[in-house]
Amino acid sequence: MSFPLLTACLLAPLLAALIIIFLPKDESKLHKIVAVIGTFVSLAISLYVFFAYDKSIGGIQFVERINWIKDLGVTYYMGVDGLSLPMLLLTNLIGFTAVFASWNIPNRTKEFFILLLVLIAGVMGTFITQDLFIFLLFYEVVVIPIYIMVIIWGSSKRVTKEYAGMKLTIYLLIGSAFLLAAVIATFVKATQITGTPDMSFQALAQVNFPEQFQIWMFLLMLIGFGSLLSMFPFHSWSPDGYAGAPTAVSMIHAGVLKKIGGYGLIRFAVYVMPAGAAYWSPLIAVLGVAGCAYAAMGALAQKDLKYIVGYSSVSHMGYVLLGVAALSVVGVNGAVANMFAHGVMAALFFSMIGFIYERTHTRNVSDLGGLARQMPKLAVGFMMAAMASLGLPGLVSFIPEFTIFVGSFERFGLLAVVAIAGIIITALYVLRAGANTLFGTPREKYNHLKDLKGVEMVPLVVLGAVLVIGGLMPSLLFDMVDSGVAPIMSHINEYLPTAVQIGGKY
Amino acid sequence: MLTTISPMHFVVLSAALFAIGLFGAITKKNAITVLICIELMLSAVNINLVAFNMFVTPEAFIGQIFAIFVITVAAAEIGVGLAIMLTIYRNKLSVDLDDFDWMKW
Amino acid sequence: MVEFAMNHTWLVPLLPALSFLIIIFFTRPWPRLSSTVSIAFMLSSFAVATLAAYGVFTDAQFKHEPLVYAIRWFGMEGLNIDVGVLLGPSSAMMIFMVTLVASLIQIYSTGYMKGDPGYSVFFSYLSLFAASMLGLIISSNLLQLFVFWELVGLCSYLLIGFYTHKNSAREAAKKAFITTRIGDFGMLLGMLAIQIIFGTLNLYELGQIMPNFEDYTTAGMMTLIAVLLFIGPIGKSGQFPLHVWLPDAMEGPTPVSALIHAATMVVAGVYLVGRTMFLFVEVESAMYLIAVVGAFTAFFAATIAVTQREIKRILAYSTVSQLGYMMLALGVGSLTASFFHLWTHAFFKALMFLGAGSVLHALHHKADVWDMGGLIKKMPITGWTFVIGGLAIAGIPPFAGFWSKDEILLATFNEGHYLLFTLGAVTAFLTAFYIWRMIFLTFFGEEKPDNHPHESPLSMTIPLIVLAVMATVGGLIGTPMNPHWQEWIFFGESHHIVPNIPIMLVSIALAAAGIGLAYVLYIKDRNKANVKDLAIRFKPVYTLLYNKYYMDEMYLWFNHKVVDGSARMTHLFDIYVVDGIVNGLGAVTKGTGGILRYTQNGKIQSYALVFFLAVLVITILLAFNDTTSMALVLGGVSK
Repeated sequence: MSFPLLTACLLAPLLAALIIIFLPKDESKLHKIVAVIGTFVSLAISLYVFFAYDKSIGGIQFVERINWIKDLGVTYYMGVDGLSLPMLLLTNLIGFTAVFASWNIPNRTKEFFILLLVLIAGVMGTFITQDLFIFLLFYEVVVIPIYIMVIIWGSSKRVTKEYAGMKLTIYLLIGSAFLLAAVIATFVKATQITGTPDMSFQALAQVNFPEQFQIWMFLLMLIGFGSLLSMFPFHSWSPDGYAGAPTAVSMIHAGVLKKIGGYGLIRFAVYVMPAGAAYWSPLIAVLGVAGCAYAAMGALAQKDLKYIVGYSSVSHMGYVLLGVAALSVVGVNGAVANMFAHGVMAALFFSMIGFIYERTHTRNVSDLGGLARQMPKLAVGFMMAAMASLGLPGLVSFIPEFTIFVGSFERFGLLAVVAIAGIIITALYVLRAGANTLFGTPREKYNHLKDLKGVEMVPLVVLGAVLVIGGLMPSLLFDMVDSGVAPIMSHINEYLPTAVQIGGKY
Repeated sequence: MLTTISPMHFVVLSAALFAIGLFGAITKKNAITVLICIELMLSAVNINLVAFNMFVTPEAFIGQIFAIFVITVAAAEIGVGLAIMLTIYRNKLSVDLDDFDWMKW
Repeated sequence: MVEFAMNHTWLVPLLPALSFLIIIFFTRPWPRLSSTVSIAFMLSSFAVATLAAYGVFTDAQFKHEPLVYAIRWFGMEGLNIDVGVLLGPSSAMMIFMVTLVASLIQIYSTGYMKGDPGYSVFFSYLSLFAASMLGLIISSNLLQLFVFWELVGLCSYLLIGFYTHKNSAREAAKKAFITTRIGDFGMLLGMLAIQIIFGTLNLYELGQIMPNFEDYTTAGMMTLIAVLLFIGPIGKSGQFPLHVWLPDAMEGPTPVSALIHAATMVVAGVYLVGRTMFLFVEVESAMYLIAVVGAFTAFFAATIAVTQREIKRILAYSTVSQLGYMMLALGVGSLTASFFHLWTHAFFKALMFLGAGSVLHALHHKADVWDMGGLIKKMPITGWTFVIGGLAIAGIPPFAGFWSKDEILLATFNEGHYLLFTLGAVTAFLTAFYIWRMIFLTFFGEEKPDNHPHESPLSMTIPLIVLAVMATVGGLIGTPMNPHWQEWIFFGESHHIVPNIPIMLVSIALAAAGIGLAYVLYIKDRNKANVKDLAIRFKPVYTLLYNKYYMDEMYLWFNHKVVDGSARMTHLFDIYVVDGIVNGLGAVTKGTGGILRYTQNGKIQSYALVFFLAVLVITILLAFNDTTSMALVLGGVSK
């Protein structure tokens, strides 16, 4: 076996966290530097893996597999394919920039960065493992640091940070309870059918589960992953949680943690239970569209910047669900790519809002205005995120959205039109937020504020570059995603009522 | 009339012993009595273990081994239980279980 | 050289894009350097475009077969998108026109924007806009076109809101973006349907497929697609009812109004319909819709323009009206006439906007035409070039606008749309009237004492002169005597329209009548008593027109009451119902726990009793249920 790159990638932040534990408490500069190094190593490795992955061969690569619990068929199985690689890269991009976005954390930097690094490692773990058990393990690891970070470093606005943290945690745990039931049932059933216990996704996908069983299991998974993905009506943790959480947690949560839901839905639910997916896909589509439209309208009524982005992320996850529901290569490709795109843009959005909040101590749109004059660089970052959010072509999110629309429009027709109409509402609330925050008459009380400088530029530069590169060269992302999604979707057609084909349908 | 001792005899004896122990453990107010009653219940179990060993697997001594385990554990338990009672008595000057409800809601 | 330019036409958009990057990342602190970079790149782009256009117009094979080359952009099973260049006569004409006008306007801006703190940024935006617009023109793929379509929208947004500290600019920019977004929504739907039904978005391939669309879909679906696709141009090209953003867009600096909101971006919608003509001609009803929307918009906007007071607003409504003409021409199936008008309109409208900018520059942004007067004495170059523009738009031969407008009216008449023809003819009269009303009020008549105008610097007057020349001779390439235009730019088959002398005469007469009426009302009548009298006598009509038929108010009402109202409802629903259920579940759990905790009475013996009873109950239940393992165990013992 060659050098265990993925394990190294996973351990780098954990190692950094370990080092920070032994650093003195008041050396906050040192904590940050160690955190930067830890996340940078992960980012570098994941970039290397992303470009070294051989798309022409496809499948799981960079495999590391060690037996762990033999009787349960659990193996320490690390490996990546075209589905997990974009997510891995996304995690590390956001992890790396989140460290810079929390550069000005006022108190307890030591604890903060330890938890942040554990959180990053936990999220990363879910994406690079190919073993269901390990996936679940990392998923649970993630919950703990989130709760602590919201409670200690969060902010109380419309709801208290304690409420927000509690809501976030309980939702995640309820989701995982449904999931756990589904996982155990699936495992037991698979062992009954095949006789050999094996927890890897690939092995489970080979099992021919009875159709009725698949339908029930898929529903459980849909609730589990759906509440993680803030699927309507299980979305209400999302705006409150993001508003209460500190910037870095909002970035990671909206950027990647949420995507575990979508990733799991494709990797586990759709892959292992195709008949269930086919059965429930109309429901997913309806919930996705409802989420799109409903959350967009909700965002329109918000006054707090973080709430606006919180609702908008619910709305964007509606698109992801819609793409998954299409159950075609085109739709699911779009869904995965949109998760990547939304991750980058939400992280940029939250980091910019974090900087605004640090400086002005308000996130209320009506208290802001004219900031573009005082902080032009921040305004650029904000507008880039805003434009990506409304799906401007040339930025990373347009092509994924377009792809989702193609996939869902051909399967669901009118239903998809409602979601597509969401682009108008999105433009409305995003531009309104941008205009009221950045443009108009500058306020004198903000004249002394300083623009982004030094390390604060890192989130803008890194995430902004990804936004533009991904927008101009969508094939970088799509070829990768396609190589991962195509095998997963190769058998789904057998379960769909009518085969979905491009062309000649009408 | 001479009859062999059937399993039923053992079961009735141990059930009676267990019932007496249980009754005592639930109704008696004195903590020491309750501890003694718990010992009775354990003895009932022991009788069952040994007796069924004779009828089910006469060639092995699984039941006897279990019984010895139970006796050991019971002794340890009584030791710990009496120690706790002693401490409580020193503080509260009472061994009445009705007085010991400070762990309620 | 020509060969190179044609095979590297992508350089035309790429050069301004590079200049955008250079200015943003390197030369921003040095304004003069930034504008020099921008103009240099724009001029080299103009050179490439000219060479490419020369190559196209000297080789007759391009009349029917465009030059197409493309590379893969991204793809997957069932969705493959390529980006590339489609160079035919109309795109060659467009890149020539856009690079020329853009270059002139950038030169003009060096004078107009002098001393502005955002000077460098302004030029970077102009470069980005030029890049996007040129990319739109040469797109070989509908999705690629859409990408640039949105990017020009972005540039328009940024440039309308260029004076970020002004609230009005901010609102106008937002309005422009969102209104055009509504159009883009329709267009996106149309594109999706095309992709799904025909499996490609490549314009050239679609052009080959469309005549046999019955193999793919039904006529009803085609109508739907055509109508959806047409919503995009309605938004972008300011057609009724989505025209409301265009007059407000005048909040941007005047060069922007000239470049984006008169000469180039707003004609993108016309260009798109022209590019996808192969689709529209298959659907008669869609064509008729286009013609009706176009003619109505032309008339509607002209009536509003008659009463407006601000110089740029009048020009903005005139732009809407002229765009309506172009749409009308497309609707009656004459790509030739439509693009001809697009071509001449770009020059005379850019000219008039830049002239207006020159006036505003001289009068320190005093915009009301009633506050001006006699400016032609102090600003001769601006004044006389403006007059040329006025003659061109009014349709006086031999100026450019006459030939193209006549072509449109003729095409409408020949197609038998007499009602639309009448509407067009009335609009021609109104156009001549309101434009000359503005000219007389601004440049002639008495000078106002508190104005101290001065002629603008050379950097501003030279573009005016060049554009005036183009506005004069630009139409001569398509006259009935010299029908080069008609030979090159057409859809389907080039047909020579026989000149119709009566219609030509009617058209001239209407223009002359309009100018004459304006002269009588605004110059001969020194006190303007008749005008004031008319305004009072027809007060309801006047108020209605002056307030633009209250369209803005209706949209505002809809936006604030309906959209925001339902948003608030959603918000309340979310907080009280969805969150209420969530919090309710939490409260129920908490409450149940609060009740159940009383079972914990702290008495160990009661716990033991409950425990024993529970074991007893379970054992009995299991014992009576003889399928369970417990029953087996019990049964095994009792045997």
